[in-house]
Amino acid sequence: MRRFAELYFAIDGSTKTNDKVAALSKYLREAPPADAAWAVFFLRGGKLPAPVPSRLLAEMAAESADVPPWLFAECYEAVGDLAETASLLLAASPDRRTEETLDQFITARLIPLRSMDKTEQRKFLIESWSLLSAKERFVWNKLITGSFRVGVSEGLVAKAVAAATGLAVNVVAHRLAGAWRPSAVAWEALANKDATDAHPGQPYPFSLAHPLDSEPQALGNLDDWVIEYKWDGIRAQVIKRQGEVFLWSRGGERLTDSFPEIVAQFAALPDGTVIDGELIAWKDAVLPFADLQHRIARKNPGKKLLDSTPARIFAFDLLEWQGQDVRSHNLDRRRELLHALPLHFSPVLQPKDWEHAAELRLGARDLLAEGLMLKRRNSPYGVGRERGVWWKWKLQPYSVDAVLVNAQRGSGRRASLFTDYTFALWDNDKLVPFAKAYSGLTDGEIRDVDAFIRHNTLEKFGPVCAVKPELVFEIAFEGIQRSNRHKSGIAVRFPRMARWRTDKSAADADTIDSVKALLPETIKP
Amino acid sequence: MREAGLYCPGGDFYIDPWKPVDRAVITHAHADHARAGSLNYLCATACAPILRARLGQEIAIQALDYGNSLTIGTVKISLHPAGHILGSAQVKVDSNGYAWVVSGDYKLDPDPTNQPFEPVRCNGFVTEATFALPIFRWPSSAETFAEINAWWQQNRDDKRASVLYGYSLGKAQRLIAGVDASIGPIYTHGAVERMNEIYRQSGVPLPPTVYAMEAATKDFSGALIVAPPGMNGSAWLRRFGNFSNAMASGWMQVRGHRRRRAIDRGFVLSDHADWPGLLSAIEQTGADQVWVTHGSIAPLLRWLNEKGIAATGLQTQFSGEDANPAEPEESDAA
Repeated sequence: MRRFAELYFAIDGSTKTNDKVAALSKYLREAPPADAAWAVFFLRGGKLPAPVPSRLLAEMAAESADVPPWLFAECYEAVGDLAETASLLLAASPDRRTEETLDQFITARLIPLRSMDKTEQRKFLIESWSLLSAKERFVWNKLITGSFRVGVSEGLVAKAVAAATGLAVNVVAHRLAGAWRPSAVAWEALANKDATDAHPGQPYPFSLAHPLDSEPQALGNLDDWVIEYKWDGIRAQVIKRQGEVFLWSRGGERLTDSFPEIVAQFAALPDGTVIDGELIAWKDAVLPFADLQHRIARKNPGKKLLDSTPARIFAFDLLEWQGQDVRSHNLDRRRELLHALPLHFSPVLQPKDWEHAAELRLGARDLLAEGLMLKRRNSPYGVGRERGVWWKWKLQPYSVDAVLVNAQRGSGRRASLFTDYTFALWDNDKLVPFAKAYSGLTDGEIRDVDAFIRHNTLEKFGPVCAVKPELVFEIAFEGIQRSNRHKSGIAVRFPRMARWRTDKSAADADTIDSVKALLPETIKP
Repeated sequence: MREAGLYCPGGDFYIDPWKPVDRAVITHAHADHARAGSLNYLCATACAPILRARLGQEIAIQALDYGNSLTIGTVKISLHPAGHILGSAQVKVDSNGYAWVVSGDYKLDPDPTNQPFEPVRCNGFVTEATFALPIFRWPSSAETFAEINAWWQQNRDDKRASVLYGYSLGKAQRLIAGVDASIGPIYTHGAVERMNEIYRQSGVPLPPTVYAMEAATKDFSGALIVAPPGMNGSAWLRRFGNFSNAMASGWMQVRGHRRRRAIDRGFVLSDHADWPGLLSAIEQTGADQVWVTHGSIAPLLRWLNEKGIAATGLQTQFSGEDANPAEPEESDAA
């Protein structure tokens, strides 16, 4: 556990990728195999079901540190992180050193917590805290509340594993793809130099697109590119091997049980077929993303949901065919093989020139697509985010000017600053909240807005401050839908602050009606 | 309280006023406590040269040694070490047998660059509350300096410079006095170097430092550079080549504060009292009435009131150790 806490702070303490890779690969070389497996699991964002809810942890930590609940709440507001607050308050108890490994902490302390009642948990937790230093306690608290997170990408983990084992990065990435279960055996299989990759459900790492940052004309000849819509669904890989179908999301989530209609369709494919595509909800046209989320949340969906919200895969690439990895074939060849299969395909657009392509892109919004994808015809299927092969050419976001009305303190690196804002639009002479946004301002702007909020708070509702409606921000967002759950009657996707409109006053902000006018025709009631 | 600050009618003076007044008693020379424009200043002897350097050589200063008292109007006033920075003082005011102490900023932890905090018995105590939450418990300064030294040494071995941020007055000198100067040369920002000079003249031993602009070398790998926090991210740093940066402050106890600044390391070292320090200082005064200023006022008030100590909040314009510090004069001219 000590070594893992040191690893956490080494990674957390550096802003440089090379330092992080070096720290992790050193850990992986030195730690026992089971610990290495857990480290890979957690650093790739793996989560165990949290045995102790945050609220209960707060309660137990406050009690153990002899701090009244109101003071704990004050401390939490200053720190912005529950696990950290608890570890700082507990720091008064004497430190003891333990040699217990990460694996022992997980298997003998964390997992058993789940089946305990509150009294036992309390006893168990206080004992575990007493074994750890303040820093170790912090990491431990993160693990038991299921909030462990550290600033590394999956790619960085794969790189570190490769450095620690001497394997090629793409081999590691492939072995790690999908639902990788941590154990000593799993680590040894991952690190094994001559293992043949055996599990039939093993997906390939996804090829990712770069946002287009220049005029498309700079990409050269239009004929070198395959052009498709960029669908607002979930990137997915479907595998048919050894008589079984596996459906994976790009996030490594196994979705097979939520989409029986897709499993049935792909069951008809020959073994040794792997396709890449977009998972979408579809009924004569693409359904809003929220409908798809509904489907994902429900395993073994009933007939009613299957009828109201059917899903399909828009296939656009072929990774394995007749049991052979075909990723090194160029895109044209892969698509030729793909289009011979009985599947739904993402339609290939045939613009006359780049100007025409730009027009098609503007039309994407009416189809609930996010823009266009541009893929180089003569390219192999890339691993990760290779530049120049796949581009995403997204629509310009919508934008409106809205008034800051509520604010809340942030967490993590923005702890104690007011960084979480609610924005409102005019409905006649009333301001109606329509979106929350957290990102888009510079640190300097955040400080200025924070100072404004401190001096202009009208009322407090728990952590939320009602702010004098004075500051205006340009809010950008991607999509818009009707919503009965929101007072404004609309819900927007990915809202963020595009600019602080210091040149505008609250009266200049937009109206809710002007935003409702942006609702796509297809889903107007 | 008056518009210009904390006022003593019996002696017709203000303590750390934020507007120009006739007579200002200054607890210490940090900018939020010592402002220019008053006609007469009273401060501790060790504070006087710093005050002149910051507010101008021509200002009228009366210096008072720690422990000596002076009668002004109907009150008796004396200054006592606050342990915050060189020359920092608690102001004790005796009026008709009722003793007040205005502590300014203070800390209880040992610091070789100034006299240790002296508990002063009184009836009414005005305390700061910069770090008045139980999450703030300082590690021993020995522990922190061991970490700083290890970081510096590692950087030296990796052929990097080490840039360490701390307030130019007080923190910087405490850092310079506390590090292991055998690791490598120490360079400074102009604002720091000016204060170093005054500390040395006042008899505070500091290892040799060189104003960075007058360095005889262009190779700073292995060196320690001490600069004000406002220099983080500035072009001034370019001359040091490859470097690792770190900040020494009580706020570094909280991860979010360090991460927000995108610095490599945060060392917990404060010139303010931590939670146990505040509580112990308050208890040692024996005061039956406590006023709480700048920082986490509300939690400390509630805590004291729940413990049966009468405590009231006092709105001031002091900022303590700011979570987002910027010093007023950070020009690099030494």
